[in-house]
Amino acid sequence: MKEHYTGTATNRVDGRAKVTGEAKYAAEFEVPDLLYGVVVNSAISKGKITRIDTSAALALPGVHQVFTHENRPGYTWLDSHYQDEDSPPGSPFRPLYNNEIKFSMQPIALVVADTFELARYAALLVHAEYESQPHETDLEANLPKAYKPKKYKSPPPSDPRGDAPGAFAAAEVKLEEAYAHPAHHHNPMEMHASIAIWQESGKLTIYDKIQGVQNSQKYISNAFGVPQEDVQVISPFVGGAFGSGLRPQYQLFLAVLAAKELKRAVKVVLTRQQMFSFGHRPFTIQRLAIGASADGKLESISHNAFAETSRFEDYNEDVVIWPGVLYNCENVEVSHQLVGLDVYTPLDMRAPGGTTGTFALEIAMDEMAYKLNMDPVEFRLKNYTDKDLNKDKPHSSKELKECYRQGAERFGWAKRKMEPRSMKEGHQLIGWGMAHGAWEAQQQEAAAKAVLSPTGKLTVSSATADIGTGTYTVMSQIAAETMGIALEDVTFELGDSTQPKSPLEGGSWTVSSVGSAVKLVCEKLQEQLLKLAQKMENSPFSDAKIEDVSFENGQMFLTQAPATSISLQAILAQDEGQPLEAEASQKPDKKQKNYSSYSHSATFVEVKVDEDLGTVKVTRIVSAVAAGRIINPKTGRSQILGGAVWGIGVALEEHTVLDHTIGRFMTHDLDKYHLPVNADVHETDVIFVEEKDEIVNPLGAKGLGEIGIVSVAPAIANAVFHATGKRIRELPITLDKLM
Amino acid sequence: MHTENSPGTETAVRPLLPETRTVTLRVNGTSHQLQLAPWTSVLDALREHLHLTGTKKGCDHGQCGACTVLLDGKRINSCLTLAVMQENKEITTVEGLAQNGELHPVQQAFIDHDAFQCGYCTPGQICSVIGMVNEGKAKTLDDIKDLMSGNICRCGAYVNIVKVAQEALEKNTGL
Amino acid sequence: MRPFTFTQAQNVDTAVREVSSDGAKFIAGGTNLLDLMKIDVMQPSHLVDITQIALDTIEETEAGGLRLGALVKNADTAYHELVETRYPLLSHAILAGATAQLRNMATDGGNLLQRTRCYYFYDTHTPCNKREPGSGCSAIKGYNRDLAILGTSEHCIATHPSDMCVALAALEATVHVTGKSGERAIPFADFHRLPGDTPHLDSNLQPDEIITSIELPAQGFARNYTYLKLRDRASYAFALVSVAAALELEGNTVKEARIALGGVAHKPWRVPEAEALLQGQTASRENFQKVAEAYLQGAQGFGHNNFKIELAKRAIVRALEKATKMEATA
Repeated sequence: MKEHYTGTATNRVDGRAKVTGEAKYAAEFEVPDLLYGVVVNSAISKGKITRIDTSAALALPGVHQVFTHENRPGYTWLDSHYQDEDSPPGSPFRPLYNNEIKFSMQPIALVVADTFELARYAALLVHAEYESQPHETDLEANLPKAYKPKKYKSPPPSDPRGDAPGAFAAAEVKLEEAYAHPAHHHNPMEMHASIAIWQESGKLTIYDKIQGVQNSQKYISNAFGVPQEDVQVISPFVGGAFGSGLRPQYQLFLAVLAAKELKRAVKVVLTRQQMFSFGHRPFTIQRLAIGASADGKLESISHNAFAETSRFEDYNEDVVIWPGVLYNCENVEVSHQLVGLDVYTPLDMRAPGGTTGTFALEIAMDEMAYKLNMDPVEFRLKNYTDKDLNKDKPHSSKELKECYRQGAERFGWAKRKMEPRSMKEGHQLIGWGMAHGAWEAQQQEAAAKAVLSPTGKLTVSSATADIGTGTYTVMSQIAAETMGIALEDVTFELGDSTQPKSPLEGGSWTVSSVGSAVKLVCEKLQEQLLKLAQKMENSPFSDAKIEDVSFENGQMFLTQAPATSISLQAILAQDEGQPLEAEASQKPDKKQKNYSSYSHSATFVEVKVDEDLGTVKVTRIVSAVAAGRIINPKTGRSQILGGAVWGIGVALEEHTVLDHTIGRFMTHDLDKYHLPVNADVHETDVIFVEEKDEIVNPLGAKGLGEIGIVSVAPAIANAVFHATGKRIRELPITLDKLM
Repeated sequence: MHTENSPGTETAVRPLLPETRTVTLRVNGTSHQLQLAPWTSVLDALREHLHLTGTKKGCDHGQCGACTVLLDGKRINSCLTLAVMQENKEITTVEGLAQNGELHPVQQAFIDHDAFQCGYCTPGQICSVIGMVNEGKAKTLDDIKDLMSGNICRCGAYVNIVKVAQEALEKNTGL
Repeated sequence: MRPFTFTQAQNVDTAVREVSSDGAKFIAGGTNLLDLMKIDVMQPSHLVDITQIALDTIEETEAGGLRLGALVKNADTAYHELVETRYPLLSHAILAGATAQLRNMATDGGNLLQRTRCYYFYDTHTPCNKREPGSGCSAIKGYNRDLAILGTSEHCIATHPSDMCVALAALEATVHVTGKSGERAIPFADFHRLPGDTPHLDSNLQPDEIITSIELPAQGFARNYTYLKLRDRASYAFALVSVAAALELEGNTVKEARIALGGVAHKPWRVPEAEALLQGQTASRENFQKVAEAYLQGAQGFGHNNFKIELAKRAIVRALEKATKMEATA
């Protein structure tokens, strides 16, 4: 019997390392003679440093150096030398480049000392004087300055289809509203950290918190002019990232700078407060105008987004693609404009654009459903599309209708009364709401290496990351199943820049990309095994082609004559006990180009809202997800559960508040920036809807990293409306908005 | 003009640098003599001096719970206490839970219920579940959720963490 | 964190003597002090560890009340049998605050001395009269969602963050302190201060004084009480508004009412004249609304926190309803 590891709920292979504390995260590697770096941040949000006095810090015994713009070594000048795989168009920020301050909490110095505590103290003694300039951090006040970037980071918004303004003017039922999504910070539990180790040879070994070790490797190589082969970046465990590790952050640059200059090993760990000093999900205002016929057919959608970016890079994300992906409507126009502010460049954060765009679109559609007096599910079914209308391509698979059906059934949606404030229990108003969402299933080119030892142990590697998503586990499952060997005999290695090339770990594409490469490299090994077996005397496999053989239970055999079999170890014994190696790179198949591929979700939510006090409790969530083949239903379910928690945070709690007087984020710690806690989370149900897809990639899996979050916040907002009759269009929905 | 950290705010008695002293910490049943200044937290002593990095730093301010360890069997935030103040106490970290290579039942339950993703909050969550069992105050599901709310999980594994906690209470798997 | 010298005091006299030097502070639970030292908001040059002083017991007083040793941990207080049965309001208030971990560390005396959680107090790059007298208040015209609506001054709109203190105010506890000039007892209402033009002073405790105990009077309101806390998440968050309500009822008539508000002022907020409005009156929603209106007399919002005025009124009504058990789910 062939073991079907994929599709089977499997415990994490790295579970033991994580529950015993053996798993090493970036700041945790034991390095001899380690120095500690602590960053000093700017007090102002715009202007110049007029004087920086490091003498008091340097006077302390045990302080090795204080790096500032005044004493840092010469830098290479080109923007391209500081760009990374996730850079938006523009001129990337360079730490300690000059005396200019471009955003509040900008790093202005790095203190390096013998101990962490000493460096932290010395950082307090760095004395900076500034000349402030007027800053602008208020998106709303600066909307008149919105511009269309010359170049978009993601594909530019689609051209208009049909005549949205005309159709809107003629529509029988209309909605025109604005929606505000505040700035959020990723706040992974592990703070960003790097250890840079300078070696006599000039080589650098770096432990970094990053979602792609080769991204850090190239960045450091370019920025410091060190050959790539002399930079090794290692990151076996990442304590969450959610996008914060897509770009190398400034602690990496500063650790390497100090290590090179001091010819030592230097560790720099950001503080939680400093985790608010770089990229964030941008504050975005969306204006939606929707027209429909009286019987609920969508006639027009206009979706226009205005988002903040920095003065130096044009960040944008896919906020306005969702009408074309989710709704059948002939007249659509969308736009995405930016407002340059004196803040750091925004940064992709879990389902970038999807979270923001779906929140607005799905609340607006709920509002339309109420204007039409139609059940929200029925309204969506009425305007269902089989095609991705942005690209005018069919979906490679789309089981969204089944998500509605199964989700609604599990939730008990049929019992819902349309009327708001129709359910009550004591002081608690009960509301039921729903929303749907999508996330693109993409495949990037990725490579993997496989080594099969004479004892039958398989080691597969690729320079990807496991940010908690289960990469170690699912890759092991794919390799074990493909090779027909036991899961315990497979080791998957990642997070080392010397490993075969991998894309950034993000965009929900890791299973699709790296998983496909893992499958391919195992198939290459199989071809080599067959060739080796054919070299045996009187080999029963001499005439067999690779299509004729199968691999199961550690054996290779003729598919048509299973009795003709040989163990992999016996084959390997032919090669004088040499391990067998293969390397392979997998690109997306051309046939994908004719299709559009998205995962889909439908989320149903129950809330209880106190009629007097405005407190909201999310008592039930059912998320039905169609995402192709689920390689590991156990870790996959955890991703969707996590997405639901994120949805609660987005809907009710998270908000990085800017004080525009000083141009500074003021909720810059975990006391003031509220992440959901255990007591916020109640019954949560995940349904994986079966979805077969032979086009999306060789595994048929679409990825689960983002689809779990997108439809949760709007479903909660819609449930709050159903409970209270109050439509909140500005997140988070805090109690004051419901009183 | 904005200035900060102006020199001159120092009091006359502040030492240039703190003097170190021998501090004896009992961690996971073993006594360690460390040369520490009073400004070293238990968390930094564990991570930077004893290289016991299983205990995590997630905020350094008692706002996340990643640094949770057991002090004489009860949960504390190791980031908010000084090592010099915890001599002669029994500190248990995640590294001290498995016995002879066999995982503590709560550790095993975290794996079986997939009660984590990135794993960074996990040692704190595990110590917190064990502490909750030891402290004996959780009776209802709502109690569990409230008494486990001192451990933030950004990956959002709460539903599964609660299952572990319920199981640990039923089986009384404390220290 | 700046360097400091460190000593351990074995008794109150030594502690008081050692804390008298310039820049010295006591440390016990450390949960707020170390938090603030790490971000340079507090800069003691000497710490006196008082955790070895024998002030860690809860004892009955001759007056029929309880004496909580200053060094009893918050968790041990909340779960103490006599507190749970005779002063459940206090128990509930303590458990509504912080987390299990922090309550296992923080002491009862230290709880009284928590500093404000104002955004600007916590950021040394912004002006703050509490942190740096005379530098200005950033919160009044800045972001002030969490901040005070009652008893504010033009210099400071900080709130006191404690839950425990709200209950202690309602229960009319007494704080016992010892200093160089001897012992004194401070009624709870006089312990904390309003900001006025000295917002850097949170309380009337003198720099050389140590809290030795908190005394609870005999009357515990164990039958009709509620601690209602409203916050931005279900646990592990400071109060936007909290209400400690305690009633002495005779049938449906209020003999005595105690109400203290948290999250709205520089100290737990009580208005005895407003409480008196209930005396001899029927415990009814209508009467509770009158008290709530009276309680919020003179309240002033600063923009982001305007909602607290109405929220506090509704919270008072709800808390009193719960305390009278007019509300089924307490």
